[in-house]
Amino acid sequence: MCLCKRRGSMYGLIRTRVFTRDNDMNADRRKFIKQTGWTLLGSGILVSVSSFFPAAGRAMQKGSAHELYGFIVNTKRCIGCGKCVEACKTENHVPEEFFRTWVERYIITADDTVYVDSPHGAVHGFKDTDVKGNIEKSFFVPKLCNHCTEANCVQVCPVGATYTTQEGVVLVDEKHCVGCGYCVQACPYGARYIHPERRTADKCTWCYHRVKKGLMPACVVVCPVEARLFGNLKDPESRVARILREERIGVLKPETGNSPKTFYVGLDKEVR
Amino acid sequence: MLEAVTQGFLYPNEVEVLWSLLIVLYPYITGLVAGAFIVSSLYHVFGREELKPVARFALVAAFSFLLFACTPLLFHLGHPERAFNIMFTPKFTSAMSGFGYIYTFYLIIVALEIWFVFRPDMVRLAQESTGLKKLFYSLLSLGVFDVSEKALHLDHKITTFLAAIGIPSACVLHGYVGFLFGSLKSNPWWSTPLMPVVFLMSAIVSGIAVLIVSYAIIMKLKGKTVDSGCMQSLCGYLWGFFIVDVTLELLELISMGYEGEESWAAISQLIGGRLQFSYVVLQFIVCSTIPMVMLGIVSLWKLKESTRNMLGIISSVLLLIQVLAMRWNVVIGGQLFSKSLRGFTSYMPQFFGREGLLVALILFAMPFVTMYIINRILPYWEKE
Repeated sequence: MCLCKRRGSMYGLIRTRVFTRDNDMNADRRKFIKQTGWTLLGSGILVSVSSFFPAAGRAMQKGSAHELYGFIVNTKRCIGCGKCVEACKTENHVPEEFFRTWVERYIITADDTVYVDSPHGAVHGFKDTDVKGNIEKSFFVPKLCNHCTEANCVQVCPVGATYTTQEGVVLVDEKHCVGCGYCVQACPYGARYIHPERRTADKCTWCYHRVKKGLMPACVVVCPVEARLFGNLKDPESRVARILREERIGVLKPETGNSPKTFYVGLDKEVR
Repeated sequence: MLEAVTQGFLYPNEVEVLWSLLIVLYPYITGLVAGAFIVSSLYHVFGREELKPVARFALVAAFSFLLFACTPLLFHLGHPERAFNIMFTPKFTSAMSGFGYIYTFYLIIVALEIWFVFRPDMVRLAQESTGLKKLFYSLLSLGVFDVSEKALHLDHKITTFLAAIGIPSACVLHGYVGFLFGSLKSNPWWSTPLMPVVFLMSAIVSGIAVLIVSYAIIMKLKGKTVDSGCMQSLCGYLWGFFIVDVTLELLELISMGYEGEESWAAISQLIGGRLQFSYVVLQFIVCSTIPMVMLGIVSLWKLKESTRNMLGIISSVLLLIQVLAMRWNVVIGGQLFSKSLRGFTSYMPQFFGREGLLVALILFAMPFVTMYIINRILPYWEKE
């Protein structure tokens, strides 16, 4: 506009042209704003819709720059003493009828019958089996929260009370949880429960309060046979990272797409 | 709670059934809303004139059920005082986070529709009454007293518009409830994309059925006869929606059995065992077969009016039980077997207590009390 005024009638033609260009610019600007608006809206919708779907199957979450915790259970080592369950109960004040961790015993007989038990989570270990018949193999499998990379429980929590920390630990904010129990239903491993006194969701935290002080989870510390290991997956020198590199590893229910960070050495096909 | 009777191996945290009777009641009441609203919309949007006798009642019923649809959830939540977290800090990756918004939106739609439909009555009652009563009705009508033909025509247009948005909202509300269950891959009994559609169809069935039963009872109490065309039409719709509903329910079961995935061994044991009565006997044999035949007869043959009404009412009662059984079998049934697929637990609701039978009965009775109160304030039965 200013340009036109200065040039005045002398450059009538130019004035017209400049005006036209100015109009074009206005139109272009409008078009640009409109297009940008639509693009932003479109991508906004796309992002929100895509965030509704989990990126199932992704190998590992990024975590913070240096730390991503992982847990290894060596079923070949576990002797079913139940010390881990007891330590967990004491350390975390777990209510008597619920479990943040437990141990299962599998007995498979020659006729392919599978017997599984976990008397009171194996907090007192196991008694001799009364299974009759020719026992072909038997083993113990410690269970705990899998701290999944694509955790179902995190996905379904309607208020964001269940979340994943930078180090890949899945936690529950008990001050925000409404106690709807949707996460309990969504966990395929039965690792969650509603705490009877707090009336919020509760589960294994890999003893986050200890880990942040540089200590190991209570169950790892008391295990007499090193069937449980915990460490930083991003440190190539850590035992967990080394075992992951060197051993044949399984995870529970991989078909769910949850990508657990609790890994099992010597996992049998009968274990669910 | 009564001690659970377990069989086989369960993960130790699974012994107690977490989602109780109240979570059975929640989709049941929500379903009644959807069905009643559809009936009211058949008249208001699709111009099914024969449904006029129950159209206003259907709308009030939908509103009354809707008012109490959340209450079972509030009684169930560990921290009901934090219930609004779902709207204040929603996490949109969760299907459940949409509930607050969908519910509120739908409640507003239904409340607005009721206001527009009953506005002429409010104005008339304000004009006919005096004193506090006059003030009450004037406040209710929000001070709008224009009942000219032009104004009523506009009201009608707005009502049609609201009912038209209301239908997809009703479908979303109930389809969403089905999605809550259907989207949980952790549970093979729940995880099926058919779940939202099954929930929606059974919702419509239960809604129409509750209208038929209530309509018949209320007319009986009033010493009046039910409108023949209306009853015939309701029975026809009930039959139609039920055919779709039961087909989908069977389809779901057949696919599960035919695919025979790893979980089928546990599910088939569940159906043949702990759910045998509520699923096989109640949901399918008794409460599906009998109404299917009866409603077929009502719809295809010309019967004596009293016989037709009787068959319609019996079928509706059976279908109300069928849908309740279906909700029970989904919600409770899905928690009776272990996610390890190796064992089962049991559930029997207690009578007293926060999530007991008594609370459930009171909560279920509340919408009917509300309907009665609304009728005292704004009589919704058309004067003959």
